[in-house]
Amino acid sequence: MSYAGPLLMKWFGGGEKPRPRETAPAGAASRLSRRSTGLAEFTRLLSDKESASVLDLGPTSPANISFLTGFGGRVCNEDIVHASREPRYLVKQPDGSLLLDPRKFFAENLSQPEEQFDAVLCWDVADYLTEPLVKPLVERLSHLLKPKGVLLAFFHTKEAGPESPPARYHIISGEVLDLEPRHDLRLQRVFNNRHVENLFKGFSSLKFFLARDNVREVLAIR
Amino acid sequence: MWKRPDDKPQTSSPASQPAAGTAPAGAGNSGAAARDTRSPEISKTGDPFRHDVAAHIGKSVLVKGELSGSEDLYLDGEVEGTIELRDHSLVIGPNGRIRANVTAREVVVHGRVEGNVNASERAELKKSCVLIGDVSTQRIVIEDGAFFKGSVDLKKDPKAEQRKPAPAAGQSVAGGSSNAAPQSSLLEHKS
Repeated sequence: MSYAGPLLMKWFGGGEKPRPRETAPAGAASRLSRRSTGLAEFTRLLSDKESASVLDLGPTSPANISFLTGFGGRVCNEDIVHASREPRYLVKQPDGSLLLDPRKFFAENLSQPEEQFDAVLCWDVADYLTEPLVKPLVERLSHLLKPKGVLLAFFHTKEAGPESPPARYHIISGEVLDLEPRHDLRLQRVFNNRHVENLFKGFSSLKFFLARDNVREVLAIR
Repeated sequence: MWKRPDDKPQTSSPASQPAAGTAPAGAGNSGAAARDTRSPEISKTGDPFRHDVAAHIGKSVLVKGELSGSEDLYLDGEVEGTIELRDHSLVIGPNGRIRANVTAREVVVHGRVEGNVNASERAELKKSCVLIGDVSTQRIVIEDGAFFKGSVDLKKDPKAEQRKPAPAAGQSVAGGSSNAAPQSSLLEHKS
């Protein structure tokens, strides 16, 4: 009977579904692994730079710090989405509503001197930030990047839901990412190609890579 | 009713997880394990010394000013100013609240630190740690769950540098293919 079980389930279409490839580091069985063309290109450009200093805007990831310090330079980590949720940056508007004040926010975050970084890992931060922060953030990043510095950003192409789950990104190798599901974020908006071009209009070049998991990868060069 | 033979491997695989999670093959732990064979629990935590031997500052203590010493220190209280232990280890306990620049040989952080950490040999950020500041060290261990805002500057081991015939060799890691492995020897990875 125990052998017939799976067979019967298959006949009735209830057999095991093909599962996405899962990597299984300790305590993170639900992580998904996928190839990233944008990251591969980012790594290629970064490896041309000597002692590259990199800014990572995602949550602290030991894997990312491990990988990025391998380039011999400095790695800076600022979880921008986490910081943007702190109530002390909210300012009361005349109508009584609370809105995040970008000036207050950037006085305490990303306050490094200009032209500090060879590269920025922006991940999908722009999709989850509140509206008043998105443009100032990209402007700030363009100032923080050195000339010819490279920025990698991800944009979801589908509305919030099971097709565009929020994730933490962990770099496994120069072209492979682990996606760790997050349950504390909700997509704020979906950028189309024109929105993205407008957002990065201060940059000298943009490259788009469309991934299969409804994510558009964008590589911007200052 | 029906036992699926496929279930067996799934149940057996998590059994191996605790071992992977608690015992990272960090080079820094091997020394502690060799020193204290009687208490494997201490070596598991990655703390570089035994708490019962090190000086201890409890959670109700507040220090304002310069804190310096020439022995290992377990610090579970509050410090505002500077901490300087040079050739010794500092463990900041889960209740530790530090607003200071820290200089020591090894620094292990369980609590909260606002300030720069200069660990000449090794820094370890535990999962409960909140560190806002820059870290400068030779080797760093960051557990998954640690909050870190700042920069990591990995210094090269001067002894290892002396052994190398060509000083530019360290840069060749970055210059390899896109799949080039980073200098994993500099950074121990824990999850």
